[in-house]
Amino acid sequence: MTAPTYDLGKLHGGLRLQGNKQESTTQPILEVPVPSQLVLPIEQHVGEPAQPVVGVGDYVLKGQLIAEPDGELGAPVHASSSGTVVAIERWPVSRRHGDKAPCIVIECDGKDAAVPSSAIPDYQSQAPADLLLRILDGGIVGLGGAVFPTAQKLMQARTCDTEYLILNGVECEPYISCDDVLMRERAPEILSGAQVLMHALQINVCYVAVESDKPEALMRLGEALAELDDDRIVLKQVPTIYPSGGEDQLVQLVTNREVPSGGLPTDVGCIVQNVGTAAAIHDWILRSEPLISRVTTITGDGVVSPVNIRARIGTPIEEVIKLAGGYTDHVKHLIIGGPMTGKSVTTDEVPLVKASNCVLAISDTAPEGDELACIRCGDCAAVCPVQLLPQQLFWYACADDEKKLREFGLIDCIECGCCDLVCPSHIPLTADFRIAKGRIRELADEKARAERARHRFEARNQRLEHEQQEREAELTRQKDSAKSAGPAAIAEILKRKQQDKKDDPR
Amino acid sequence: MKFERREAPYWSPQANVASLMLQVLAALVPAAIAHVWFFGPGFIFNLLVAAIFALAGEAFMMWVRRRPLEVALSDYSALVTAALLAFALPSLTPWWVTATGALFGVVVAKHLYGGLGFNIFNPAMAGYVVILVTFPMYLNLWVAPRMGDIDYQHLTILQTLVFTLTGNLPDALGFDAVTRATPLDVMKSGLNNMATATEIRANPVMGDFGGRGWEWIGNFLALGGFWLLIKKIIRWQIPVGVGVGLLGPAFIMYLVDPGTSPGPGFHLFAGATILCAFFIATDPVSAATSPKGRLIYGLGIGFLIWCIRRWGSYADGVAFAVLIMNMAVPAIDYLTRPRIVGHDEGVEADG
Repeated sequence: MTAPTYDLGKLHGGLRLQGNKQESTTQPILEVPVPSQLVLPIEQHVGEPAQPVVGVGDYVLKGQLIAEPDGELGAPVHASSSGTVVAIERWPVSRRHGDKAPCIVIECDGKDAAVPSSAIPDYQSQAPADLLLRILDGGIVGLGGAVFPTAQKLMQARTCDTEYLILNGVECEPYISCDDVLMRERAPEILSGAQVLMHALQINVCYVAVESDKPEALMRLGEALAELDDDRIVLKQVPTIYPSGGEDQLVQLVTNREVPSGGLPTDVGCIVQNVGTAAAIHDWILRSEPLISRVTTITGDGVVSPVNIRARIGTPIEEVIKLAGGYTDHVKHLIIGGPMTGKSVTTDEVPLVKASNCVLAISDTAPEGDELACIRCGDCAAVCPVQLLPQQLFWYACADDEKKLREFGLIDCIECGCCDLVCPSHIPLTADFRIAKGRIRELADEKARAERARHRFEARNQRLEHEQQEREAELTRQKDSAKSAGPAAIAEILKRKQQDKKDDPR
Repeated sequence: MKFERREAPYWSPQANVASLMLQVLAALVPAAIAHVWFFGPGFIFNLLVAAIFALAGEAFMMWVRRRPLEVALSDYSALVTAALLAFALPSLTPWWVTATGALFGVVVAKHLYGGLGFNIFNPAMAGYVVILVTFPMYLNLWVAPRMGDIDYQHLTILQTLVFTLTGNLPDALGFDAVTRATPLDVMKSGLNNMATATEIRANPVMGDFGGRGWEWIGNFLALGGFWLLIKKIIRWQIPVGVGVGLLGPAFIMYLVDPGTSPGPGFHLFAGATILCAFFIATDPVSAATSPKGRLIYGLGIGFLIWCIRRWGSYADGVAFAVLIMNMAVPAIDYLTRPRIVGHDEGVEADG
């Protein structure tokens, strides 16, 4: 096997959290059978929702396109199994905190009949641009949770001077182990996906970053790498510190380069892809399977036996919970995602989507005691990976001081939640910052709207003024022409008027 | 199945204010025992009076402000204020003096500014300064430390209690019989009388470094302080800042002019230097919050202590130094903001 390297950049702050991962990594990935019904949201990526291309009553095959991308940051949606479209309706989803969003509902026939394969095993002979378009068709999005469409991310990287591909196998958030088990079980496919990505990007260095608490994943990757004998790929072990798996944080750790505020990793020559995304690329390019399933961790003290599952996108969460032995008696919250950044939902009717790396069912974790005033201990600043001063931001957030919030870098907050955990006064800082960010966006929108209204108003005034001027000019022109024509013209006009009177004696 | 919604993160907080305050109190215990050993039971009476009035003041203000009483009383911050005040007071202090300090600290310096978290000034030091200027004579009543070869009159526990309650010594005794000037007072008056520092240090009350008894209390305070550092309840910047700010100039002047300048060892162990470095200046609410800012804040306090001890009319300058630097905190915090990751040095975020 190939040993990992450790030369790393520096990361400020962060927390060593209890992993709680071993509960779900004792068994291999459990394959979830085809459910009776699949619920596929048309919006499973950051851009505009996809547009359905099937209608109610249509029969669809596994892997068939059912919604096509709309807009610049779109991603297509494919049927995860064969069956009949029974509804296109609003359904509770996790992306919007359990609020409803349009979904395509498929009644599965259990045959799991697939569309004919269109794999391209000789992808190396393809032009990178063609390969990127092909990746776009696979409906592949970032599987780390951000669900940014992968093809667009790669295309953007192609336009920049990108040197490094970084595969993110850090998975720093507690409880989540889907990437860990994926690396253990499918290391060769992940590395193969990395090779496809390197060809598509035409770059020659790939770092595979894995956290030190995943020795088995590191070993499997090392073995696969030795077998592959590709010296463009380097394994890197990063320390087990939350949030070292954040995109910008990982770039900083692996390359010692800071992603500029408001910028992208490509600004410093890097592109980061989740290991799950790399495996999905492999599955699509070499096996012709679009993104219709993913590995998800089902865990927490709210389920009987935590487990990692591979389920079809669209499988209702209540189905997969059954595979984890069902709920325990004291379950209270259901979270899609990890314990630090996940989204709390109110119902388990929500389907698994491309973003669902973890389903966390937990009993109460509310802090004992009330929220107290900030005592300015500064622990929040000490753990902030972006080196913000959360206690100052909190102060300005309470005062709704937009200028100061911007000055103190609210926009740079990655909402990792570290400050919440160390706050002795139990202030929900991250939630407050989320609200403050929303408020800033709102203000910016309001400003833009006001600006547009002002423009319209000014344009109208200008138009009216212009019209007024034109009218006045016309009037003066007429007067002038009358004047310049002289008394003869006036006499003629008077004569004409008299003539008119004679013709029409009233 | 239905679930309750919550905001991320879903992880129990790792600290709480009450346990921080309790750990600060615990760190003071060894020094408190040493204090009682060297200067008698007066410390305990002072502590009790300070605690009763600090808690009463806190409860009263919470009632006036219509806030939940139990929240303020269960965070133990009033007890920390009381304990710090008790450490600052001489072992013989009448109860009304202590009560004035505790009430002013809690009611005026803390609650009138908005309560815990909003006070600009360190409540214990604000209270101490008020009694220092109101009852100056009572703040000199330090009994001589317990040390075999110093000739002084012991007070019994009962006599100490009577003094605390009435302000009266037993009939046969005058203040001169039971109290001694503190090492800092001895140094100050000695230097004013044109004695050299070395001569003054020959006085047995001076001990090895900074005064009999005082230096041992200092050792135990430092022990508690290091424990707080290890537990990450305080950070190194403020203690180091205070130390360097005070001992740096002291050492330089000692080298330049040892005749009129006591050495850094004396400055370290005399007076409230160590108490200040680990327990008073580190009060998070009234201190600077950025790492660099805390270092500057500590340096400022240390330097001001040295200035007041050298040129001021008070023997020690801890309380004044802390209060003066408290006023500088907003400016220090503003000027020492750390560079946000992804931003250039010295360039402000978009705004």
